[in-house]
Formats: sequence, structure tokens, C-alpha cells
Amino acid sequence: MFPYPIAKSTPRFRIAYQAFLPIALILWLLPLIAIFLTSVRGSKDINTGNIFGWPTEFKLFENYHAVFTQTEALKYLTNSVLITLPTVAISVSLACLAGYALAIYRFRVALPLFFLFVAGNFVPFQILMVPVRDMSVQTGLYDTIQGQFLFHAAFQTGFCTLFMRNFIKALPFDLIEIARVEGVAEWKIFWFVILPLVRPALAALSVLIFTFVWNDFFWANVLTQGEQVKPITAGVRALNGQFVNNWHLVSAASLLAAVPPVFIFFLMQRHFITGLTLGAVK
Amino acid sequence: MTTSTEPFQASWFTRNKLKVAPFLFLAPALFFFCVYVVIPIFQSLQLSLFEWNGLYNADGESTATYIGLSNYTKLWNDPNFWVSIKNNILWIILYMLAIPAGLFVALFLNQTVTGMRFYKSLFFFPFVISQVVVGLIFGWFYNPDFGVIAKVWQLFFCEEAINIVGNVTIKCRVPVPDILSSPDWATYGIIFAGLWPQIAYCMILYLTGLNNVASEQIEAGRLDGAKGWKMLWYVVLPQLKPATFIAVIVTIIGALRSFDMIAIMTQGGPYGSTNVLSHYMFEVAISEYGERYGYGSAIATVLFGIMMIFISYFLWRMYQDEKRGT
Amino acid sequence: MFTKIKTVAISLTTCALLATSASADDLIINFDDLNPGPKKGFEDAVAAFKAANPDINVTVNLNDREAHKSAIRNFLSANPPDITSWYPGNRMGPFVDAGLFEPIDDLWAAEGLDKEMAAVQPTMTRNGKIWGVPYSYYQWGIYYRKDIYDTLGLSEPKTWDDLLANCDKMKSNGVTPFTIGTKYLWTAAGVFDYLNLRTNGYDVHNALTAGEIKYTDPRIKATFANWSTMLDRCSFVDNHASMSWQDAIAPFANGDAAMYVMGNFSVDGYKNAGLTEDQIDFFQFPAITPGVALAEEAPADAFFIPSGAKNKDAARKFLAFIAQPEIQGPWNATIGQLPPNNQASISDDKFIQEGFSVVSNAAGLAQFYDRDAPAAMASEGMKGFQEFMLNPSKVDEILARLDDVQNEVYK
Repeated sequence: MFPYPIAKSTPRFRIAYQAFLPIALILWLLPLIAIFLTSVRGSKDINTGNIFGWPTEFKLFENYHAVFTQTEALKYLTNSVLITLPTVAISVSLACLAGYALAIYRFRVALPLFFLFVAGNFVPFQILMVPVRDMSVQTGLYDTIQGQFLFHAAFQTGFCTLFMRNFIKALPFDLIEIARVEGVAEWKIFWFVILPLVRPALAALSVLIFTFVWNDFFWANVLTQGEQVKPITAGVRALNGQFVNNWHLVSAASLLAAVPPVFIFFLMQRHFITGLTLGAVK
Repeated sequence: MTTSTEPFQASWFTRNKLKVAPFLFLAPALFFFCVYVVIPIFQSLQLSLFEWNGLYNADGESTATYIGLSNYTKLWNDPNFWVSIKNNILWIILYMLAIPAGLFVALFLNQTVTGMRFYKSLFFFPFVISQVVVGLIFGWFYNPDFGVIAKVWQLFFCEEAINIVGNVTIKCRVPVPDILSSPDWATYGIIFAGLWPQIAYCMILYLTGLNNVASEQIEAGRLDGAKGWKMLWYVVLPQLKPATFIAVIVTIIGALRSFDMIAIMTQGGPYGSTNVLSHYMFEVAISEYGERYGYGSAIATVLFGIMMIFISYFLWRMYQDEKRGT
Repeated sequence: MFTKIKTVAISLTTCALLATSASADDLIINFDDLNPGPKKGFEDAVAAFKAANPDINVTVNLNDREAHKSAIRNFLSANPPDITSWYPGNRMGPFVDAGLFEPIDDLWAAEGLDKEMAAVQPTMTRNGKIWGVPYSYYQWGIYYRKDIYDTLGLSEPKTWDDLLANCDKMKSNGVTPFTIGTKYLWTAAGVFDYLNLRTNGYDVHNALTAGEIKYTDPRIKATFANWSTMLDRCSFVDNHASMSWQDAIAPFANGDAAMYVMGNFSVDGYKNAGLTEDQIDFFQFPAITPGVALAEEAPADAFFIPSGAKNKDAARKFLAFIAQPEIQGPWNATIGQLPPNNQASISDDKFIQEGFSVVSNAAGLAQFYDRDAPAAMASEGMKGFQEFMLNPSKVDEILARLDDVQNEVYK
């Protein structure tokens, strides 16, 4: 393997490497460590400008408790969940169907439609901003949870279809042929033959979409107006009180906002990485 | 070749099911996608030919007025537009640094030692957190009064003094650099912040790619005496081509799309010098001093045009791959 | 038998329902300040209105200030309330022009508001009609560290030269004269407005924001020349471009800076930062050009009736009610601001007292650059002001660019 495996080199080199690893990690994660320190700081430190020094008082529980009691963080977090979970469910299911169609069937518009999904996923959001917002307002979906997850589901369908199509294409086609010969209906083939086989891909995809949608900031700003249905990414900004900079609270809330995707990431690392690197593993 | 066991009077549907089925499967996804993605693109293109402040009058009619291509001529003469384009180019060029950086971090971590999986996940961390949070952290880092950079600077160039009311204050021989307020340096500061999660992403792409590098080739190369850079350049990199391709796609798309960090760190300032097309469009159309939807759509159209160049190239490459057959 | 009872029961309930709905009027109000003080002031006024009009059923919708700014663009046409809060001046322009507000000249005449709210009437007028009723405004001026002034033996400046002399003394004693935070650009606009109002007067300033005078006009250039002098002799704190106005309180509270061009809402911030009332005081921005009448900045908050409102009669009653001096006085006492009705009583807070006399005697009331100028002009203008503050040598380039924008915007 490349680079030269550590296990085979001199003990001194090996020890040096293993000692350097944690240092490298701390340097790499320094910004995160800093924000964590800020989130346990007391407000006295904030007012005297001591944002990055060692905290003079440790208020871990008080700050995180305050985030939930004095601010709307709980509502924002709930909104994030209410927006992200339906999005994942809808986009993954639709993409399964669409990916199956594009991978298995030979028809003339298969490839162009596939490219439509791919291209649509890469377009800059801004080209969609005004019409989608206007449509949401006209249909009464503006500033609602449904409005947000319907949009996200539709947009993420592009990426999901790309993903599922490539995955299904890699499955052995014989299974389907055999089923067809036996006269099994198409949708039954999909349900009973293909679906069980794509479970790992579904897991990977769900994790990825969860992260993308949970961390979205732009559409939270475009599709909401009040505080009622804002997800946590947009809500973090609003937590800066109008007249006082509550940085310790903002840090605590930001870290709380980061917890679900990180948690899911640790649980499903393998799937996450498989999902992101699908194209690289050819 | 399937043999037909159906009687001659089979329904049209059964006879044509292989032709019809794909469209049935595709229908829901396609419908959603068209409504929320495809049609809005055309609506935006159309809206760029109008001037509209987003309001409907009391009868429910839109107050838009048709002005042809004059949004585009306005754009051509708008200095903010050219600043944004320049910044977008800077973003693309500098963001590409994430790719070699990601490669080197991946090479660094491509060892089997105890706990390496733990290290790999933690190195990947920055990508998982929201860009808003990253922007906030780096914004504080750069702050000229209490940021990390400021504190280090103050150690060398400043000293404490007592001011007129008896409070401690800091006097500097050389004033602390205020990166995010400097029209020359702010963009670099933001790009630097953005590289952090992007390097993590490229790192993971390369780690996976490295996993799939054929070990026989490495062994063969070693036997031939290839070491270090030579091995990397001639043996490993060619096998990492698919990973590099994906890395380039996501990095360029990410650079052109970046909005969150600029919105959080500088709001496009100081006086518009860190603006990029994606943020400028938001500023023009939706922000408090905006509400020029037609003009905003024109900016979006330009951004869309630029991205289409890249997207078309990527699609063409993918098409070549498909043709070669996988 | 059961069916009979059921029918009787149903018809009785229906009658009861009809009866209650027939005698209750519904009034829906959208309000946009969630801060505890302003919210209380508003709720007290609504409670008083309900007490005076028991047959009107008032529903209140509270929105965050920023969210309200985008919400209003939608709810004015889709499902409008009967009353909404908003800003007068050019800020109400787009809605008035789209026919989304209801003119209320008759109400002003009937309630005598043309006398009681004379100073603010021009701001509420557009296209020859009057559109809303203001409930509050607040003064702007210079807040300063009285203790630093006393230590240095300075007194409140009445003229430009006095101010410059004060600044010289401060600088030679290691005090930065002014603090400001221009990360959010409107603070720089406050400084510009005052310099322009004092250099050229209310009419010229209004003509500029209405697009009738160019930015490269010699009179505006004179304003910028004065600003240059100010940057030189009455300098501002470093790094103001990365500070919000709240961040800029820190040097003021610490004693590193002695003055702040601000609105009265900032006083709470100074107190939160640890300053006592003895340490802070206020003076009117000094005169620059002799003979120019002193106009002031006094941004107002007002209520309007959407043209699609369902219950315009109750809405009019509400506006008439809150225009009264007896309501405006206590309301503004709660929120520490000034009542637009010149018959209203004011609290004895020293800033309010001084502000009231300054504003009531003003030769004109500007609404702040970002409300007087249309949005597109305001955003470019404010960016230009920030750029000028960081780079005064670029003044000609900046002014020429603002002229271009002005040509574009005011067509």
C-alpha cells in the first residue's frame, strides 16, 4: 500500500508518527475546540472580550440549559427534524423508483433524463430562488414546514436519482431477467428483487441527504419569514439578541445544531463514506 | 430472449409494459423535479426580462413590467457585478487547493495503526458541521479585538496602557490587521475558512480511492525501485483518476455555489468587495434593500450560464464513461 | 323526540353563535416588536383600546422585526390584517404605489392630527394623501462621556469649531473622539445625514434623497469635505468596519472613546455595559454652516391600514385611539421614546426631556437615509459612506458612482 506502511518501518518512525497523529488532529480541529470553549464561557468573559482565552468560569450546564430555556433553540431543532426526516423519506423513495427505471430499462430518453437529474442537482440555487419563493407564497406553502421539505425533497431527488441509478446499474441483471421469464409483474420485481439488494445504498443515501438538508442555510432564509418554522441553521443567527451579543449562547446553539449530523455520521460512517465516494469507486 | 407465454389477446398494457413501466416509475420523481427545479429555471430566465419588486397589487396582479434585455445592460455597467465575477474566479482557483491538500492529508492518514478509523472520522468532522457554524467560528478568529490572530499580534506589537478614566486599554504600535474589513484581504479570509470543510471532503474521496489502489502495482513499482514522489506520480495518481474527477466536480460546484460563509462572515462587505454572484443575487432580490426580482434573476441567469459550462463538461465526460460501458 | 330536542338544541346554539358574532367586531393587528419593553407598551395600548371598545374583538399577531419586513410583502395582498405596523417616508412607497395601503386623510382631519402631529405629517404623506398614524419616534444626536468631558474641562459644543476643538483636546490626551460600528452600514448613514443636514439644511437633504440633486453637487461635496475634516480631527475608532453598533459600545464604555452619534435606543446598551446615568449625557449635533436651521433625524414607527382589510371601520377607530396624546404619552414612556403627538406628556428621563425639546423645535424631521432614499439607492449609498470612512481619498470616485446609481434608480 502507499505510502510506505508504518508497520514496516523503523520503530522510531512509527512512534513519532503515532505521537504526531493526536497533535495533528488537535491542530486540525482547533476551531471546533475554540467554539466549544466559548460555549462554556460565562457572560462576564464575553463582555470583557475574553472570547478565546481560557474561560474564567465554566458554565457548561448553565449555558446549554440557557440555550433551551431562554431561546427558541428547541423549536428550531424540532423544526429541523420535521423538515429533514420527511425530505429523506420522500427523496430516497422517489429516487429508488426513478433510479430503477433509468438503470434497468432501455429506452431512448433514459440517458437524457438521467443527465437532466444530474444537471438539475448541480445548478446554483439562486436560479430557483425567486420562482420557488413566489410559488410557495401563491400556494400558501410559504413559511410552513411542508413548503420546506417539499422543496428539499424535490431538489435532492436529483442527487439521489444519480446515486441510485448508478448503484442499481451495478447489480446483476440476470436476477431481473429470470423474474421476467417467470412472468413476474414489473413492480413486483422492483419490490421483491431489487429493493432488498439496494438497502446499503439506501442507508448511505439517507445519511447524506440528512446531513445536506440539516445543514442547509440558504433555503431556510428564502422560504421562511417568522420564527415559527425556522430550522436551527437560520435560527442560530437569530439567537444573537438584538442588543447584546450572546456569543456564548450562539456557540452552544451552533454546537447543538451540529450534533445530529455528527451523531449520525459516527453511527453510519461506513455508509456516509460509501455514499460520498460512490463515483470514485469505479 | 424471453419467450412470450401470453395468449394473443393480451392487453395493450401487458404487451407494452416494458415500454410503459419505466415512465410509471419515473413519474413521481420527474413530476416533483420538474415543478421545483426545471420549471423554475425557465421562470427565472423569463423573469430576468422584467422589472419586478415582488409585489402583487390589490387585485392580485403582478406589478412586473417588461423591459427586455435592459437588466443585462445594467449588469454589464454594474461595478458590483464585476467585483462578484472577479471574486468567483478567485474562489474557483483557490478552492482547487483543497484537492492536493485533501490528497496529502489522505496520504498522511493512509496507515493502519490503532484507532485510525477514529482519527479518520474526526478529520472528516469539518465537513459534517454546517457552513454557518464554520463561518461563525472563523469570523471570531479574525476579529481584530479578541480573535486568535489579534491576540497573537498583540503579543508582539501592542502593550497595555491606562486610559483617561483609569481603565486598562491596549495601544498598538502597528494596528491589528482587520482581515474581514479589508477589501483586499477579506475574500482570502473567507476562502481560507471555506477550505477547511472542503479539504475534509477531498480527503475522504482520496482515502477511499487509495483503498482501491491495486496493491500489486505498488509492489511492482517498489520492486522497480520507485519511491516517494515517483511512486505517487506514476503509479498511484493515475489510479486515483476517478476520485480526482469527483473532487474537481464538487470543488468547482462548491466554489461557485458558496453563499453561507459570505452571508455570515461579511454580508458581502466591506462595501461589497467580498460579494460573489450567489450572494449578490440574494442581496438584490430578497434582502431588505433588494426586492428587485427581475435584476436578481438576471444575475442568477449569468451564474447559471457559467455553471452550465462546467456542468456540460462534466456531463460530457460522464457520457463518455457511459459509452465505454460500465 | 330526540331529533326534536336535537333540532331545538342546534337552533338555539346557532342563534347564540349568531348573536355573539353579530355584536362582536373583529380587529386583526400585525405588530413587529418582540423586545419586552416595546411589546408591553403596545399591549397596554391594545388593552386600553379594548376597554374603551368592549364590542371589538382584537387579535394580535406578533412578528420578529426582521421577519416582518419580508412578511408584510406577502400578507398585504394575501389575507391582510386590519392594521399593520410599518415605516413611513419612502419606506411605505412601494406599498402605497401598488395600492396596498388605505389613505386616511379624513381621519387626520377629523382628529385634528394636522395640528397635533404637524412635524411628522410630511413623512406620512405620499402622492398628496396621508397613509398612516405614527405612534413613536426617537431622537438622534451625540451621546458623550460626561466624566471624560469634565476631566478634560470640555463643555457641550454649539458650533462645528467648538466640536473640533474638543476633539483636538481629546486626542492629545489619548482619547479617541468618536466610536462607531459600521459592520451594519446604517450607522455611517446616520453620520452622513447629520453632516448634510447641518452643512446644507433640511431642504437640500430631502432633495438629495428624493433624487433631485446629484451627489457630485458642490453642496454635497462640501458635506464630504466636512466629513473629511471630521475623520481627521475627530477621528473614529479603528476597526469600525467589523463592529456592529453594539460592539462599538465597548470602547465607549471602557473610556477609550468619548462620543457616539446614535439614537436614543442605545442608552440601554450603555447602561448594560456598566455606565451610570451620571457618566452619560446627550447634546444636539452642533451647527456647521451658520444660519442653517437645525433639522433632526427622528425615524418614526407607524400603523397603517391595508387596502384589503376586512374591518376598516374598527381599524380607523384603532388609529384614532392610538393617536391621542393620553395614549401616546404612557406608551412612549414605557419604551423610552418620544410621542409624535405634541400634546402628549413625556417622562422625566433626562434624555427624553432633552430629546423632546430638540425634536419639537426641529426645523424638519428626516427619517434616516435608508428610509428617505429608495432601497436600491440606500444600499449603494451606505456602502459608499463606509468606503469613504475607510478611504477618504476616494471621495470623487465614490460620489461619481453614487450619481450613476441615482440615475438608474430614480427613473
